[in-house]
Amino acid sequence: MSALDYLVPYDFSPLTILSFVLVLALYGYGLVRMPADDRPGSGRILVFVVGVMLCYGVMQTRFDYYSQYMFFVHRGQHLILHHLGPILIALSNPLPVMRFLYSLINPGVRRALIPLGWIYRFLQHPAIASFLFVGLIYFWLWPPIHFDAMLSRDLYWIMNWSMLLDGMLFWWLIFDPRSPVISDALGYGKRILLLALVAIPQMILGATIVFSRGMVYDVYEVCGRAWPMPPETDQLLGGLLTWIPPAMMSILGILIILRRAMREDGKVSPYNEKLKASHS
Amino acid sequence: MKNRFLPCSRNAISAMALLASLVMLGGCFGDDENWNGKDISGLMPELAFELTGTSGDTVTAEQTDGNIRLLFFGFTSCPDICPATIQKLSRAVKDLPAEMRADTQIVFVSVDPQRDTPERIDSYVSFFSDRAIGLTGEEPALRELSKRYRTTFGYDEPDAEGNYNVSHSGAVYVFDREGKARLLIRPELSVEDIRTDLVALAEES
Repeated sequence: MSALDYLVPYDFSPLTILSFVLVLALYGYGLVRMPADDRPGSGRILVFVVGVMLCYGVMQTRFDYYSQYMFFVHRGQHLILHHLGPILIALSNPLPVMRFLYSLINPGVRRALIPLGWIYRFLQHPAIASFLFVGLIYFWLWPPIHFDAMLSRDLYWIMNWSMLLDGMLFWWLIFDPRSPVISDALGYGKRILLLALVAIPQMILGATIVFSRGMVYDVYEVCGRAWPMPPETDQLLGGLLTWIPPAMMSILGILIILRRAMREDGKVSPYNEKLKASHS
Repeated sequence: MKNRFLPCSRNAISAMALLASLVMLGGCFGDDENWNGKDISGLMPELAFELTGTSGDTVTAEQTDGNIRLLFFGFTSCPDICPATIQKLSRAVKDLPAEMRADTQIVFVSVDPQRDTPERIDSYVSFFSDRAIGLTGEEPALRELSKRYRTTFGYDEPDAEGNYNVSHSGAVYVFDREGKARLLIRPELSVEDIRTDLVALAEES
């Protein structure tokens, strides 16, 4: 196979390609048009684009083929869609770009978007967001559901998109660049608590897969593997990918939030009207 | 300032979240009919292919309509899985009542067109069952069919004699008379279990 063959989608999804093009185009348009003072630096732009392209890469290249026929590659795919990609996107802080784009929307349309805001706030309630984050991982890895999802093309796409969207929601809640002191962003303590809480069930699930004697996910057995690999090895690697990197990302997230909290210690006061005005 | 748009309290939201999760979980315990195989109704597209038959002519899925079809992938040099599968299927079909037997077809698709000529496939399938047909085709056509049913196949490096192994799905896809995907038979299912499912399927339509 030539290099080009690895870059073309295995399962071509026009909707997916359109969504990614739209996101990058809007981001680019915002960057060019927005006031230079608010514009993110090149480092942040790069992090954003890398995050988006990673998600695109695991969905619309040959990687997707291996994800469909190897359990551990599938776990790697979800690690990127649900963790790494959204983490990079959230850390790149595209908020100024989004604010600018939002300011371009005409007030009538903006009013129509208010119900979306309600749904967003409902989903971003810390209890719901963390429940969804862990719940989706458990849901799609529940053996009968996982079996169906790997057999049905529609379910497969729903699975991957739900993981990506939920990953974005959760990590945006965690890495919300606004300070909780002067905005209604989630408090740093709560963010740290959430990160610790979601890590535990992921570790339990990963360890359960790793230490399972029998085959938990036999769909890869039934449908053939991308290359001959002992099923136990595939399951073991998949379990490790469910267990260790997400736990590490939670710890990394906690460190990032701690650093931010320590930097803000004593610097930001809720009574500082000037700061308040510039942030809300 | 906080929760400006929230129409209800945090407690109410938590209660709603719990309810939503229960509804979601409820969906997982749907009533399955009692098939021995895995019910795949609605999960997979209906049967469609255009391949080469054992006499060298083109065979399409429509030509086999009206039969309950048991489709599986393999290759004639296969050391274990394929002979075991086709033998199990032929035994399950053999003891069906005569009229059901006449409406049931085993469809063996060779994913090794390099070595499996139509003649070779013909002698292979007819050895096992008179209700079996063998098909193969160009690799792209085979890739398309296997992709349609969410499976794949791959070739190992040939050894010194030029023999190589082929990895492929071990499952059998069962399609009803109209070509709708109905059941997935896992390799460990017994002959009796398969037969029971085939009878139930035949009596349905």
